[in-house]
Amino acid sequence: MEQTQLTTLETAKELGLLPEEYQKINEILGRVPNFTELSIFSVMWSEHCSYKNSIVWLKTLPKDGPRMLAKAGEENAGLVDIGDGIACCFKIESHNHPSALEPYQGAATGVGGINRDIFTMGARPIAQLNSLRFGDLALDRTKWLIKGVVKGIGDYGNAFGIPTVGGEVFFDECYNINPLVNAMSAGIVNVGETVSATSYGVGNPVYIVGSATGKDGIHGAAFASKDITEDSVNDLPAVQVGDPFQEKLLLEATLEVIKTGAVVGMQDMGAAGIICSNSEMSAKGEHGMVIYLDKVPTRQENMKPYEILLSESQERMLIVVTKGREKEVEAVFDKWDLNCAIIGEVTDTKRLHYYMNNELVADVPADDLVLGGGAPVYHRAYKEPAYFQENKKFNIDQVAEPTDLVAVSEFLIKHPNIASKRWVIGQYDSMVGVANMSTNQPADAAIVNIKGTDKAIALTVDCNARYVHADPEIGCAIAVAEAARNITCAGAEPVAITNCLNFGNPYIPEVYWQFVSAIKGMSSACTKFETPVTGGNVSFYNQSSDEGPVFPTPTIGMLGILDTKASMMTLDFKNVGDAIYLIGESKNDIACSEYLYSYHKIKSSPAPFFDLDKEYDTHQLIKQLIESHAIVSAHDVADGGLFITLMESAMSRNLGFEIESEEDIRKDAFLFGEAQGRIVVSVPEAKQAEFIEIAATSAIEYTLLGTVTAGDILIDEQSFGHVSKYKSSFETSLEKTIESN
Amino acid sequence: MKYGVVVFPGSNCDQDMIYVLEHILGQQVVKLWHKDTDLQGCDFIVLPGGFSFGDYLRSGAIARFSPIMTSVIDFANKGGYLLGVCNGFQILTEAGLVPGALLHNTSRKFICKNVHIKAATQNSLITNSIDLTRALKIPIAHGEGNYFTDADTLKLLQDKDQILFHYCDENGNITPESNANGSLQNIAGVCNAGRNVFGMMPHPERAADLELNNTDGLQIFESILTLMHS
Repeated sequence: MEQTQLTTLETAKELGLLPEEYQKINEILGRVPNFTELSIFSVMWSEHCSYKNSIVWLKTLPKDGPRMLAKAGEENAGLVDIGDGIACCFKIESHNHPSALEPYQGAATGVGGINRDIFTMGARPIAQLNSLRFGDLALDRTKWLIKGVVKGIGDYGNAFGIPTVGGEVFFDECYNINPLVNAMSAGIVNVGETVSATSYGVGNPVYIVGSATGKDGIHGAAFASKDITEDSVNDLPAVQVGDPFQEKLLLEATLEVIKTGAVVGMQDMGAAGIICSNSEMSAKGEHGMVIYLDKVPTRQENMKPYEILLSESQERMLIVVTKGREKEVEAVFDKWDLNCAIIGEVTDTKRLHYYMNNELVADVPADDLVLGGGAPVYHRAYKEPAYFQENKKFNIDQVAEPTDLVAVSEFLIKHPNIASKRWVIGQYDSMVGVANMSTNQPADAAIVNIKGTDKAIALTVDCNARYVHADPEIGCAIAVAEAARNITCAGAEPVAITNCLNFGNPYIPEVYWQFVSAIKGMSSACTKFETPVTGGNVSFYNQSSDEGPVFPTPTIGMLGILDTKASMMTLDFKNVGDAIYLIGESKNDIACSEYLYSYHKIKSSPAPFFDLDKEYDTHQLIKQLIESHAIVSAHDVADGGLFITLMESAMSRNLGFEIESEEDIRKDAFLFGEAQGRIVVSVPEAKQAEFIEIAATSAIEYTLLGTVTAGDILIDEQSFGHVSKYKSSFETSLEKTIESN
Repeated sequence: MKYGVVVFPGSNCDQDMIYVLEHILGQQVVKLWHKDTDLQGCDFIVLPGGFSFGDYLRSGAIARFSPIMTSVIDFANKGGYLLGVCNGFQILTEAGLVPGALLHNTSRKFICKNVHIKAATQNSLITNSIDLTRALKIPIAHGEGNYFTDADTLKLLQDKDQILFHYCDENGNITPESNANGSLQNIAGVCNAGRNVFGMMPHPERAADLELNNTDGLQIFESILTLMHS
């Protein structure tokens, strides 16, 4: 039989293994592996499962914090104590490679996978977010990708029934071939009622539940661990197919079966399918398993052992149950009309024995397959790319200031990276669960009600990858800072992050330098904001043979807590006549701004101004202003600069603003520069004295910009038009571009 | 008074409906599992939103054959009060309990957003105390909510005052622009000829909690409570 035939180095290379890795496998087994065994090692030692090229650096990230109940790498997702006996379980994950080939299924199964990571721990998902990056929107391919991805996320998430409460969408030609699709989910669970991804207890039955196993997604993890090429289309069977109805049944049945108390351990079937769950649970529980592959319910006839082991068919769980309590477990799955089959049992061998029709087809040690066990760990070489020093030569004086800044304003408000993402968001059910507090109260972060308590959680995903590309260390620190700023502006306390690290090929030293530098920046910012890293996902090989790597894109998903819902802060201006203040300092800086990049088409510049300590102090001041009710809106200055921030605050209620610029700063930099650490707040007349009293005690600069108007936009007494015109462009431009042929 | 919320395997607005009826309005609520046939003595039954059986075929097409639906249909035929919201409305049309059908939205896309609706009559249990001039802000979330029926049925609906809600703008004007899904004559909700079965696409339970800063949907629930408890 093919699966028990002995292998050669050639086969190992075809499966993506290095010669030294093949050698190591021979040593571990003490013999030459057969094809099934080699397939097992190839997926478990792929970057996707083993983090072999990233773990050395991931370990340097701050992981500890007083609220951490499960630290990074310990479970399927991070677990944070939010008080009142409740924990929040949250994680972000990429599904980039499948989405590049089959955007609808690729994105849909990304949503499915991340939600299973949450409910496999016993938490009920309550909110989803996503972070999407596409290429030039003028290309037909980009339109095809965004339509497919958004429909995939919508169809899956909407039917699954968990609201999509936030996200980001960004366009740049570096993503023409490789779009990025990062999906995040957050769930809640009572402290002490979680389930671990472990396996122990000799003789305990091992169940597979949920969908039947098919040939979809075989070698998906290995597929995600190489560059996209012309031949990638041949990898189509490596893309999985999703069924949100099955996922919904699996969610309800899983949470119900946990309540029986009969579950020893559980893990969803994600990347690398059954073999991954078997090995990770067994390694963690320091036991072994014997599995009879012919007992796995399959969709197709005659599936080979390696196909059953590696299949990434969706909506499946592996459950180890206390022996003698099988009936209780089976009753739950019967109620939900789901497959529930015993496929083997726990042993004390610490090895995984796989049988097919009474023939032993694979015999491998569990621990040697997994991260932290025998999986390889590499220190990759890295080298600063030439462009990095080039960027630093940028000088604002080389850029002529346009004479017509109204035209720039109109250009920016329509730009796909700035315009409303209404076309995207409207296709997601953002309100199911009756807990999304941001629907009718727009805020910088999504606020989700924890019903039955006085608490709410705040969630955001952020990363300006253009900054990270310009300067990976500062850019990644900015991504963390921006997330913290959004959480703070919404009235919440930042508590922890999850990360999705999207990079190019790690074997290219310049790409690996971006990765290392980004990790350093993330470390310093997470330490400063006291937001430990709870886990996440690394996605390398986001690059194509002809267009090179994507921008380094370390997406930050941040969790915040509102101890009292009443402290929620919104971003919209409330009343005509309210004073508008800028917290933080205006800078003569247009580096890396959308304005510089898209309007002037200057692509080489350093990251914008950023000062981590000042940034932190600014957030503390905002927190104090919110707590004392001295402000009625807070909105951070981000993409598009101060002008866009003011417009976003104004448009919500069809108000306008009248402001004065600062004399010693170029007006284009004042309006469109993206220097960090700035927040626009509005203050009613009656609160002015209190506002100034608090602001004056801080070392952070604050400036009176002007006042809220009934709809006119005036800057230095020059009319920039009426809010209605901007609002119309803002809301419809993305839709018009995507729907045009 | 006892309220029953039917739970199909893919229902996902069942808990939201229960939350509003039980926690916000303080009513007695029971879940009615789709495989059961016992309505547990409920006085008012709700078919909630969601994707009852995945809805891969046609929304609501399979749910109507559930064991519980035999009892629900019988209950409605005997004059029992039955409300279907979103997927619940789709199931009602599939079961023939209210006239019409719900086609794909004209945009061919799922649409989730706040829209405005206006009650067309006070002559129903769910609209009796709603101000007919006021636009209520209530969200929709569906891919198939485009109400359609033939001309004869439409005339019958109009003659017998069976149209309950129209989509409108925030000022209450019934305009083409405010018709998000392409529904015939902006129809957002109807009742049967017996005036005991009500179907609507917008989700009143999503606009009933002060913590979410929109309680326009409470007007519908308060109408129900007023008459049910009088």
